[in-house]
Amino acid sequence: MPDLTSNTAGIISPNPFWLASAPPTNSGRQIMRAFEAGWGGAVWKTLGQPIQNVSSRFGGIHWRGERAAGFNNVELITDRSLEANFKEMAEVKRLFPKHAVISSLMVETKEEWKEVVKRSIDAGADGIELNFGCPHGMCERGMGSAVGQEPKVNQEITSWVKEYSSIPVLVKLTPNVGDIVPHGLAAQAGGADGVSLINTIKSIIGVDLEKMAPQPVVGNKGSNGGYCGAAVRPIALHMVAALARDPGFNIPISGIGGVTNWRDAVEFIALGSSSVQVCTEVMLRGYRIVEDMIDGLTRFMTEQGYETIDQMVGKAIPAYSEWGDLNINFESVAKIDAEKCIGCNRCMVACHDGAHQCIHPNPDGGLTPVVDESECVGCNLCEIVCPVPDCITMTEVDNGYAATTWNEHMTSGTKIRPKKGSHGYDMP
Amino acid sequence: MNQKLPANRAELVFEDFKKPYSEQQARAEANRCLYCYDAPCIQACPTEIDIPTFIRRIANENVEGAAKTIFDSNILGMSCARVCPVETLCVGSCVYNHMDASPIQIGKLQRYATDAAFDAGLSFYEAGEDTGKSVVCIGGGPASLAAAHRLRRFGHKVTIIEKDHYLGGLNTTGIASYKMKADRSLTEVEWLMSIGGIEVRSGISVPDQMSWADLQAEFDAIFVGFGLGEDSLLSLEGADSKGIMGAVDFIAKMKLGMVDLSSVQHAIVIGGGNTALDAVRELKGLGIDNVTLAYRGGEAQMSGYAHEWSEAKREGVSASWRSQPLAFIHNNGKLTGVEFQLMDENKKAIDGQTKTLNADLVLLAIGQGKLGALTSGLTGIEVEKGKIVTDAHGATGAKGVYAGGDCRNGGKEVVNAVAEGDQAAQAMHTFIMGGGSCRT
Repeated sequence: MPDLTSNTAGIISPNPFWLASAPPTNSGRQIMRAFEAGWGGAVWKTLGQPIQNVSSRFGGIHWRGERAAGFNNVELITDRSLEANFKEMAEVKRLFPKHAVISSLMVETKEEWKEVVKRSIDAGADGIELNFGCPHGMCERGMGSAVGQEPKVNQEITSWVKEYSSIPVLVKLTPNVGDIVPHGLAAQAGGADGVSLINTIKSIIGVDLEKMAPQPVVGNKGSNGGYCGAAVRPIALHMVAALARDPGFNIPISGIGGVTNWRDAVEFIALGSSSVQVCTEVMLRGYRIVEDMIDGLTRFMTEQGYETIDQMVGKAIPAYSEWGDLNINFESVAKIDAEKCIGCNRCMVACHDGAHQCIHPNPDGGLTPVVDESECVGCNLCEIVCPVPDCITMTEVDNGYAATTWNEHMTSGTKIRPKKGSHGYDMP
Repeated sequence: MNQKLPANRAELVFEDFKKPYSEQQARAEANRCLYCYDAPCIQACPTEIDIPTFIRRIANENVEGAAKTIFDSNILGMSCARVCPVETLCVGSCVYNHMDASPIQIGKLQRYATDAAFDAGLSFYEAGEDTGKSVVCIGGGPASLAAAHRLRRFGHKVTIIEKDHYLGGLNTTGIASYKMKADRSLTEVEWLMSIGGIEVRSGISVPDQMSWADLQAEFDAIFVGFGLGEDSLLSLEGADSKGIMGAVDFIAKMKLGMVDLSSVQHAIVIGGGNTALDAVRELKGLGIDNVTLAYRGGEAQMSGYAHEWSEAKREGVSASWRSQPLAFIHNNGKLTGVEFQLMDENKKAIDGQTKTLNADLVLLAIGQGKLGALTSGLTGIEVEKGKIVTDAHGATGAKGVYAGGDCRNGGKEVVNAVAEGDQAAQAMHTFIMGGGSCRT
């Protein structure tokens, strides 16, 4: 039986699944229910001077029948008093001493930071997370992403908190920057014990075409919000990996962004996360989703022979390469399994209109299109659009060229294979 | 043209066998469509509706656009959505069948879109600019209606001549009521006629009351879409007993008014085609306990659709295979049973083997009377095996005379009639605009 215990910068939890700081962690009652459901940790809904919210607050991308494939919100930090929150936090820690409770904070002045850090520690929090990420509302008041986007400010406030904190401090980073690395390094320079990322992405989820206003519409106007949910996962994975592989960055990461199940979680762990945080999927389906996250992760680790979470952390980072260091002479072509093909021709139209015009109608009139392998560039598009599992496979071709990279080619003139891909062919 | 039906009609007991989609159901099903390129469902549709396009429009919440896509290819798309044997046409050819996944319910999606357009009062089309030409469509069924609408869009003056009262042909009088009731067909007729400028002369039969010569004198081109004749009957002993009817005749009576089945305990439908299958299911639905399909071949030899027969069996219809009627048994002229000759696997009589089944109602679904007399008097037209001979575009051997629907194809689906009517209309347009005329 693998050990799911997770250690993120000294914050220990029985499994790597934490609730992110968000509506599901708004109160002690909710967090206790979540822990009962199986969650290993919870980052409290960000504490600071209580705010007033607008209604409505959320928006969803409903795509081809799927509700909320992407999600956004214009909700701010807690609207409840610090006193009530810290009192509940202490109660949660008393009843669930082995679960991780992380106090998320967002205030303005150094004095305020000192106060909320002290009260978090007094409540028994296992760690502190600095919300330098919120891209709506709070940033207009000089907090949230307004801090996270300025490495100097990030570093300075982090160092304030470190000055007062005896427990681990994570800095939550905003993805609303050109390159995440300097921001992770700033947190590290400020003394952070770890970082968590990503916070939400500044977004307009849609436009109400009747009211002609951005959604969610508050009365007759809308504002930009924070984008999250399954749709943002690729962006989050990249940012996590960019920090994990940076030689100058060497503090732990708690990964966030579109985690919906155990598989997503393993991907974050493989790219350098010690724990993962989940919000949107819980908002859409409830705390109970953690049940299969635990079961699926356990089965995966057993099958693959991993005994601890640490053994998987960053496991895919060595294979994360610059484009210029990929083997440019590696060649694959699409093979269509005629036994499985159902004749929808989606590969053909995709290849013709969106790729390299190398999939053609069957010359014998059969329903399976044929691949002109002499022109197939191995781009994968056909395999992506094919609705039948394992019908199209990308198969390696031995072209006789020794492995080399673009960078090697540019520096040492290594030989690269000739280009393929028909240009200008018209489908009959 | 008063097309109002009686308030009390026997067919009203039927509910739709296939229920309409709600908005959510339609969108979910539309989202499942793979949007195939060069899709086999289009190829399987006689009217070549651009199915992936209309389904994508439903998915994208452009339901009116979806309806327009359908009507562009098939002006009777609303009724075809209900009456088409989609299991053997578009749905049967859906690529999902190849991966053992449930095929897209194209008929139900088509019904969803076309009903929405009807509900919204959208008729989409306008008559073309007047060409000064005049055409006639003989018969008021699907082939003629499709031809008339297309010809009107071209700007010709169009007249429909119908021998009966109601328009819509078998769409009104012959469709199994669990697929579509008569009033829905008449709604479609009214919708289609809203293009304006189509004159209807009903109660006139060609050539008895209006001769071919009259027609040739009055119009520039003629479309023949008068279907087939009456039900074929059997000249056997006892054939004039009370309780024997043609199936098409029975169905029409049930759809347009009341039928008295109170004394019927055992009903037998003789035949193995789709009219026979409609009739057994309808009799069952009308509350008759013992309904038997009697066919001279075996189950696998039936020309009726397997999916219809399987539903009929599920509904409790029994079968008497390899049974050819020999004589009708009666009591003082009232039918009491049918004596059958038993047949072998090659539909040959087995010497000395007969059986008798009780029956107080027999419906004959052994085909409809062939043409012949109807076309006599029109020089140049040829009838072969009961079908009017035409070229690929519907032109007959008589100049300026075109044909489509059952009289041309021998009795196929509504969708075939629409395809042929539409196609012939386009050929007629080319003909008359090129200076041709059937005027003698």
